Amino acid sequence: MTTTISVRNLWKVFGPHPEAIVNSPDAMLSRSELRKKTGATAAVRDVSFDVGEGEVFVVMGLSGSGKSTLVRCMTRLIEPTAGEVLIQGEDVLHADGARLREIRRTKFSMVFQHFGLLPHRRVIDNVAFGLEINGIKKDKRYARAEEVVGLVGLQGYEQAYPEQLSGGMQQRVGLARALASDPAVMFFDEPFSALDPLIRRDMQTEVIRLHEEVGKTMVFITHDIHEALRLGDRIAIMRDGGLVQVGTPEELIAQPADDYVANFVLDFPKSHVLTLRWIARPATSDAELQGPALPANMVIRDAARTVLEVDGPVRVMDDGALLGVVSTEEILAVIAGAQG
Amino acid sequence: MLQRLRTQRGPQLALLLTLWVVLGRLFAGNWTFPLDRSSLTPFHTWLGNGMDSIDANRNTNPIMSNVVEGIRNGIDGFVAALQNLLSQPPAGHQFPLVGWLGVIAIVTWVVYATANWRVATLAGIGFYALGALGFWTESMDTLALVIAAVVIALIIGIPLGILSGLFPRFEKLMTPFLDFAQVMPTFVYLMPVALFFLIGPASATIVTLIYAIPPALRITAVAIRGVPTVTVEAGTSLGTTRWQLLRKVQLPQAKRTIVVGINQTIMAALSMVTIAALIDAPGLGQVVVQSLQKLDVGTSFQAGLAIVVMAIVLDRATTAAAAKVQRESVQAARTRLRRRLGLGIGFVGVVVAVLVSYFTVFGAQFQGSGFIGLPFADAMQAGADWVQLHWSNATSWYTDLISNWFLNPLQSALVGTPWFLTGAVVLALAYMFGGPRLTAVCALLLAVLVGTGLWSDAMVTLAATFFAAAITIVLGVFFGAWMGRNHRVDSILRPVLDAGQVLPAFVYLVPFLGLFGATRFTAILAAVVYAAPASVKLIADGVRGVPQTIREAALSAGANTWQVITKVELPMARHAIALATNQGLIYVLAMVVVGGLVGAGGLGYLVVAGFAQSSLRGKGMAAGLAIVVLGILIDRITQAASQPRVRASIGNGH
Ligand SMILES: Nc1ncnc2c1ncn2[C@@H]1O[C@H](COP(=O)(O)OP(=O)(O)OP(=O)(O)O)[C@@H](O)[C@H]1O
Ligand SMILES: [Mg+2]
Repeated sequence: MTTTISVRNLWKVFGPHPEAIVNSPDAMLSRSELRKKTGATAAVRDVSFDVGEGEVFVVMGLSGSGKSTLVRCMTRLIEPTAGEVLIQGEDVLHADGARLREIRRTKFSMVFQHFGLLPHRRVIDNVAFGLEINGIKKDKRYARAEEVVGLVGLQGYEQAYPEQLSGGMQQRVGLARALASDPAVMFFDEPFSALDPLIRRDMQTEVIRLHEEVGKTMVFITHDIHEALRLGDRIAIMRDGGLVQVGTPEELIAQPADDYVANFVLDFPKSHVLTLRWIARPATSDAELQGPALPANMVIRDAARTVLEVDGPVRVMDDGALLGVVSTEEILAVIAGAQG
Repeated sequence: MLQRLRTQRGPQLALLLTLWVVLGRLFAGNWTFPLDRSSLTPFHTWLGNGMDSIDANRNTNPIMSNVVEGIRNGIDGFVAALQNLLSQPPAGHQFPLVGWLGVIAIVTWVVYATANWRVATLAGIGFYALGALGFWTESMDTLALVIAAVVIALIIGIPLGILSGLFPRFEKLMTPFLDFAQVMPTFVYLMPVALFFLIGPASATIVTLIYAIPPALRITAVAIRGVPTVTVEAGTSLGTTRWQLLRKVQLPQAKRTIVVGINQTIMAALSMVTIAALIDAPGLGQVVVQSLQKLDVGTSFQAGLAIVVMAIVLDRATTAAAAKVQRESVQAARTRLRRRLGLGIGFVGVVVAVLVSYFTVFGAQFQGSGFIGLPFADAMQAGADWVQLHWSNATSWYTDLISNWFLNPLQSALVGTPWFLTGAVVLALAYMFGGPRLTAVCALLLAVLVGTGLWSDAMVTLAATFFAAAITIVLGVFFGAWMGRNHRVDSILRPVLDAGQVLPAFVYLVPFLGLFGATRFTAILAAVVYAAPASVKLIADGVRGVPQTIREAALSAGANTWQVITKVELPMARHAIALATNQGLIYVLAMVVVGGLVGAGGLGYLVVAGFAQSSLRGKGMAAGLAIVVLGILIDRITQAASQPRVRASIGNGH
């Protein structure tokens, strides 16, 4: 997998003398201590990660942990204090004004929590806005806008104004606008947190479907663990501006780096994410090797029925090799643990 | 804050007041700088000579003859062109180019295009009423001046407002000028401007600009800053240039608020254009000023009503236009088509009306001018005469009561106390509320006030201001609390207050002149009526802003209505009350000095006298300066009092 985004040692400090804080011992103080001592807030501190092509990379954290600041630094809506951001190998932070606009027009786009639609423009003109400012002729940009409006399922609403649409539909317009320029990377800043739970689920399904259809690289901010686990190929957990852990959903649930991460995943039914790999144990006797074989990457929830129906344990196979066995006790431990 | 003020500073304030009264009594009449109305101090003579020499050098000094005269001729030309269209026949013509029929047609059509047909009808009828009241030409002169001033004010104010909205640093740069223009009573910049630009339309336009640019600028800045960050970010993230962002994202969303700013600019311009009659601005203001000075109640009512009509039409039309800016966007295609059709047909009608008004006497000259106005004036005059005949006992009993018990003691205390005693009290207040810096500023201002040689007149003005402001605040608290807690009352009173605020200050003198004749009460009551709407609304909004939960908490703790008002709502609205006090004083001061026109004494009278008699010009100028100083003193100290700073608590705390 080729790397599309690479973030290296990114910092953003709000307040007086931001450069002085970067990499200083003060930066290791807690937020409130730093604030008391210097009057500054380290909203993003020393963040590094890579995102592969076509990957959905989710950033999670509590309110105020610096998620929005992080994406805004990557798109340079906020100027970072220090660090490096490469998108398709190009250094975004050193692009001059004209080049930065060019990158924004062609390489990435963003979807916002509160939609950010222009109230005085129709849906079609909102969607075509990015193309319009890029100087694309009217019939051409409308043709493209029609196409993406169809893609997000808004046919028939082209001539409506944003205020005539429900929240979920407004965010579809936001999605369409971001898709219109066919960018390589899409940034989402808590795009669905202003929506009702049911609509939110719909929209998540929509994003999954779009991802399958258009295969964009996505950086997705959320503070909803269900959303993160549902969408993310990999998830980064942020606290106080720094990354605490980066990993696949399974890794986070099976091996949370600390209590902060563990707390996030506490309520989540582990059996929905964990695979047999994480609970396989060595067989204690040959008798235990008589059960049916299941693949190691099968999710526990899906394996549960088989395991509970057979008498003895099942064998867990990874590429033909025996990884271990799983019996009713292990399954029940995971399921019960999730509820406890 | 009022709470803190009462508990911590109450004793100090009481002590200060007692000392001032006792010592003032003791030394009453000494060191008070009394000055006859016609006497001059050397400073006044010096100012007068300076003004004479500016007049004398008008043609020789290069700055005067090029820059100042250039501006004057340019603006005069612009106004004259508008007047040729509307009110004054150009050379070789018998009538203005567009007669009354054409003007009414154009106005109705424009209002229909920018607002809706109901307001358009109101505008048409309103403009017809201007002629029916007998003031078509005067109204059109006023309109020409308003258009000239508003156009220039918007050309200057909107770009500067956009810059202020985009760049906080630029805004910081502008703020002191705007504050100053807002605090300064309109009355006082007439004379300095007239000194350079001579009396006439140019000066009238320039003083109007000073008054009308600040609202245009401020509201535009607010509008730009009010555009939601997320749409700006969305635009930016799509790669807009700064210019694209402004044109396609920020301005369209700010449009509605900017139109509100245009409304404020127009109303400010109308208000100022009428006052500018004092420096020979043509139009309705002239009629009012002259009839006020002749104490001709009938005519002043007649012309006052014309101003009111014009104010209402301009206000309704621009308010409706602002409301429409948003709605239009979501209009269905069908209604839009119908509107276009209506506008097209209407346009043909306008062209016909304009042609008729150009080619026929019927369309050019208002028919039956004054057929409503003259009977109305007679009726008002008769009414005023009747009131003065039959009620004079009642009104004089009432004015005597107030004079003897409140106003005279207050005035004689202020006028009779040695200046340094009063000055010391001012400095003590400044120190208490604002610390050493404010004290230094106030000391400087007091020195200027003493230097004008008009201490005694300033104290007369101050007494009237305090008295009127006190009434204003009482009204403000009473009606404000009532409106704030009762939606019904609010919905009845608010339109009245809104309407009251758009009327030019001048107009308020008219009815009270009918009741009280040329006395200081006319000025004081006009000032109260002028200042009360702003105070009432501020306090009402403050009371309305008290969170419902806190109110409920008090009720559930067993508080009765009176207790809820006095212990919860008013204390929590204290910032609004403080602001209302500040605003009330500034408004009242502005109006009290205008009262100089109708027999109120003090500084306002001296300004008016300066206009009338060239030998008193220098003194009038000094009086204007004294008014500015009073205004800044009042504003600074009340603002400091309304927000006790960290400084104050550090001073007491350790
Ligand atoms: N312009 C700013 N000036 C000063 N501090 C800021 C600014 N923007 C953000 N911060 C601070 O940076 C920290 C991170 O803010 P950020 O908005 O990135 O958090 P977040 O994780 O997106 O939170 P939320 O989930 O509430 O959106 C917060 O402590 C915030 O107060
Ligand atoms: Mg955020």
